[in-house]
Amino acid sequence: MTTAGRDAPERAADTFPKLLMRHAEVRGARAAIREKDLGIWQTWTWRQFADEARVLAAGFATEGLKRGEHFALVGDNRPRLYAAMAAAQCLGAIPVPLYQDAVAAEMAFPIQNAAIAFAFAEDQEQVDKLLEILPSCPTLKRIYFDDPRGLRHYRQPQLLAYEKLAELGRERLLREPGCVDAEIAKGNGTDVAAMFFTSGTTGVPKGVVHTHSSLIGPARTAAQLDGLGEDDVILAYLPPAWIGQNIFSCAQALVGGYCICCPESSETVMTDMREVGPTYYFAPPRVLENLLTQVSIRMEDASRLKRALYRYFMDVATRVGGALLDGRPVGLVERLRYRVGDLVIYGPLRNILGMSRVRVAYTAGEAVGPDLFKFFRSIGINMKQLYGSTETAVFVCVQPDGQVKPDTVGPAVPGVELRFSPQRELLVRSPGLFRGYYKNPQATGEALDGEGWFHTGDAGYIDADGHVKIIDRVKDVGKLADGTLFAPKFLENKLKFFSYIREAVCFGDGRDRVCAFINIDPEAIGNWAERSNLPYSGYSDLAAKDEVYKLVRECVERVNADLAQEPELAHSQIHRFLILHKELDADDGELTRTRKVRRGFIADKYGSLVEALYGGRDSVHVEAQVRYEDGRTGVYSAELKIQDVKPVPVAPQRKAA
Amino acid sequence: MTAPETHLQVQRREVGEVILAVEGVSLAFGGVKALQNVSFDVRSHEVRAIIGPNGAGKSSMLNVINGVYHPHEGRIRFKGRVFTDMDPHEAAVMGIARTFQNIALFKGMTVLDNIMTGRNLKMRASILAQALRVGPAEHEEIRHREHVEQIIDFLELQAYRKTPAGRLPYGLQKRVDLGRALASEPQMLLLDEPMAGMNLEEKQDMCRYILDANEQLGTTIVLIEHDMGVVMDISDRVVVLDYGRKIADGSPDEVRANQAVVDAYLGASH
Repeated sequence: MTTAGRDAPERAADTFPKLLMRHAEVRGARAAIREKDLGIWQTWTWRQFADEARVLAAGFATEGLKRGEHFALVGDNRPRLYAAMAAAQCLGAIPVPLYQDAVAAEMAFPIQNAAIAFAFAEDQEQVDKLLEILPSCPTLKRIYFDDPRGLRHYRQPQLLAYEKLAELGRERLLREPGCVDAEIAKGNGTDVAAMFFTSGTTGVPKGVVHTHSSLIGPARTAAQLDGLGEDDVILAYLPPAWIGQNIFSCAQALVGGYCICCPESSETVMTDMREVGPTYYFAPPRVLENLLTQVSIRMEDASRLKRALYRYFMDVATRVGGALLDGRPVGLVERLRYRVGDLVIYGPLRNILGMSRVRVAYTAGEAVGPDLFKFFRSIGINMKQLYGSTETAVFVCVQPDGQVKPDTVGPAVPGVELRFSPQRELLVRSPGLFRGYYKNPQATGEALDGEGWFHTGDAGYIDADGHVKIIDRVKDVGKLADGTLFAPKFLENKLKFFSYIREAVCFGDGRDRVCAFINIDPEAIGNWAERSNLPYSGYSDLAAKDEVYKLVRECVERVNADLAQEPELAHSQIHRFLILHKELDADDGELTRTRKVRRGFIADKYGSLVEALYGGRDSVHVEAQVRYEDGRTGVYSAELKIQDVKPVPVAPQRKAA
Repeated sequence: MTAPETHLQVQRREVGEVILAVEGVSLAFGGVKALQNVSFDVRSHEVRAIIGPNGAGKSSMLNVINGVYHPHEGRIRFKGRVFTDMDPHEAAVMGIARTFQNIALFKGMTVLDNIMTGRNLKMRASILAQALRVGPAEHEEIRHREHVEQIIDFLELQAYRKTPAGRLPYGLQKRVDLGRALASEPQMLLLDEPMAGMNLEEKQDMCRYILDANEQLGTTIVLIEHDMGVVMDISDRVVVLDYGRKIADGSPDEVRANQAVVDAYLGASH
C-alpha cells in the first residue's frame, strides 16, 4: 500500500503522486482528464490516469531517470503531458515545464541551468526546437515525443516515441510490479515538486523551486475557500509552463479531484469552452479583453433591433448586475428588468462565451480594467480577482464571494501574512512561498529576506475594507519632473480598456509631461475600417490613417477626462501620442511571454520616437528591421505622425469624503 | 548527428510502378490544338508536376486524365487498363480525385459537410435510408464521419468544422478543397494550381500538406503549377508543356537546366 487507508483524510497524501493514487482508489471511475480527439471528447478516469502515470514512471525508471533529477516538458495541455509530469514526480524527479511557444534559443537556458537529461516534447515542432539546441545542451540525452506526425524519418538516437516508452514501462511493471509504488512511498511533502522558469521581464530567467507542500498547501486553502470538489470542471488552455495553469489544472485538480479538459487546439478554445461548460474558470485580463472585443464586434454587426436590446439590457446589467451577484438589495422593478435581460441577453451571452456553468471565475496577472471586470460580473459571471506570483504559488490575496471590488485584489488568503515596505512594496510570508531560485543564491537573497518575507516588487496599499490594492511595479512607479505621481501601468490599463487599443506604453518618469505609444487592435479597428469603407493594406497602413488617429485621440481624451477626476493622478494626463507602425511582439522582445509590456526595452529600442514625442515635432521618420513570419527580414520606413491631446482641466479639488 | 531540416523534407515512400501512362494524347478545340502528341507517365507514390506558361495546356491535360475531356488521339492507361473515353465519375471510382483552380466548394455548407461530400462514392446506403437514419445508414455515417475527422485533423481544420466554407479566407478554402478530394481516399490526386493566389506562408503550409498526404497516405500526386520555385522543391519529376507540346520531362534539376524550358518561361521568338 502506498497511501494511507481509504478512510484517512486526503491530507495524509502529502505529495502529488500520492494524491493521484488516492483519487484512483477513491474515485477511480470518475473523469480525471478529457481531451477532444478527432472531434470526440475522450476521457481518462482517475484510475486510467494513475495507471498511465505508473507505466510512464516505470519507463522513465528503466531509462535511468533519477530522484531529484530535472525533467523538461514542452507542449500544450495534453493528457499525456500531464501523465508524463505525474510520472516524473512518482520517481521523485522534478518536472520543469517550458513555454511551448518559446523559440529554441530560449529553451537552452533552462536545460543547461538544470543540467536536464530527459525531455518530453509534444510534437514535431517541439522536437525540432530541442534538436536544434542539442549542440549547446550536452546533458540532454533523451527526447520523448507524443505526436509522431512528421517524425517518421527522424533518425536521431535521442528520440523515443511515447508508445515505446510506455512499452518499456509495461515490461518493467511485469517484472517488478511494485517498483513505482515503492518510489512514490519514498516521497514526502518537503521534496521539490516542480520548477517554473519565470518569464524574465528583466535579465535571465530564474528557476522557481517549489516543494509538494508549498504547492499543495495554498491549492488546498483556495479550493476550500471556493468549495471546489470532484464535480468541478476546468478547461486547461493556458501554457502549462505558467504556474497559474499548473495550480489550476494540476495542483488544485489533484487536491479537489476535479476534471481537467484539454482543448483540441489553441484555435478551438471558444468552441471547446461551450462544449465542456467549465465550472471553474481562469482567464488573464488579456483573454477577457479579447472576449469582450469579439462580443462588441459581433454586436456592432448585429441587426438594429438586437443592438438596441443589447444596449438597453447592458445598461440594466451595469446598474444592478454586480449588486445582484453580491446579494445586495435591489429594487423589484430593476430585479424584474434584470430577469428579462437574463432571458434575452445575458443567458445567451454566457452560453456563447461558454460560461453558462461557471461558478467561480478568476482573473489575475495584471490589473484588470474596471469596466471590463464589471462587464463579466454584470452578466452574472462570478468573476473575482486574486493576486499572487510564481514565487508564492499564486494564492496571496483572493476576493471571497460577496466582497468583490474592481480595483482591489482582495484580502490575504488564510495563512498568508502581508506587510508593506516604506517604498509601498508588498511583502508576503506564507506556506506557499518558494524554496528559492535554482542555483541563484544572489537573486534568492534579494527576493527573500532573513525573516522569510518575499519581496513582490509590486507597489500598493491596503484599503479601508482590508483589501489589497496594487497600483504598479515598485520600480515603474515614478514621478514627473514637478513631483506628480506617475503610475504608467495605471494609465496604460485605462487606455487598453478601449477595444480599439491593443497595447499602450506610457512615458513620463522625470519628464515634464506624459506621452504614449499606442498599438491599435487590428481586429477591432479593421472591422471599424471595413464598416466605414476605409481601405487599407495592412497593419502599418491602417495605423497611419488620419481617421484612425482621430479615433485613438478620442480614446485618449476620455482617459484624460477620467484622470482629471482623480486628484493624485490628475496631472499625469497624456499630452502627446503616436501610433506605432508595428505590433509589439514577444518574439521581438517587446513583450514578455505572458504578454506584459517591457517598457524599458521599448524605450531603448524606439529611443528616437520617444525623443520626437518630447521634442515637439509633428512627425518622426522611422526605419525598422522587420522580421516576417517566414524568417526573412526587411526594412520598413515611414513617417509616423504625432498628435497632441489637450489635457482636461483638473476638477477643483473637492474635499475627499 | 545533424539537425533535421526544419522545413520541407523531400524524403518519402519508395516510388513504385507506373500507375498512369499518357500515350500520344492530342486534343483540339476547333482549330486550337490544346495538346499535341503528349506522352508521359506517373509512378505510384510520386509527386509529379506538370508545368508550363499560361495557355500551355496544363489544365487540359489534367481534364483529360480526369475524364472531363476525351482525347482525339492517343490513350490513357490507368492501373493497366486502357481508357479512351472515361468519364469523371468513372475516374473517381477508379481512385482519381482532383481539386480545382477556382475552388469548387459548396459555399453555404460547413467545412465538415463539404469534406463529407468527398465520401459520396463510398456510401452504400440509399438516400432514403440515409435521410431516415435506418438500417446500416447510421452506422455507415459514423464510419464516414470518423474518416472525415481524420482529414480535419490531418489538415488542421478543427477550428472551422462548423464554419460555412464560403466564409473562410481563400487559403483555408483551398485547404478544404484538398480535404474534400482526400476524403475519397484517392490513389491519385490531381491538384490544379493548389498554390495559386496564396502568400508565401500559405504556400509553405500547402506544400507541407501535399507532402504529408503523399508520405503518410501514400497518395500519388499530379500537380499543375506555374510557380516554378514551389514545384521544384516538392516534385520528384516534372513535365513541361508549352503550346500543347511536351518540351521537357525529368527531375527538377534536369528541367531547370533545359534550354527549351528557359526559353518557354523567359520568352523566345517563335
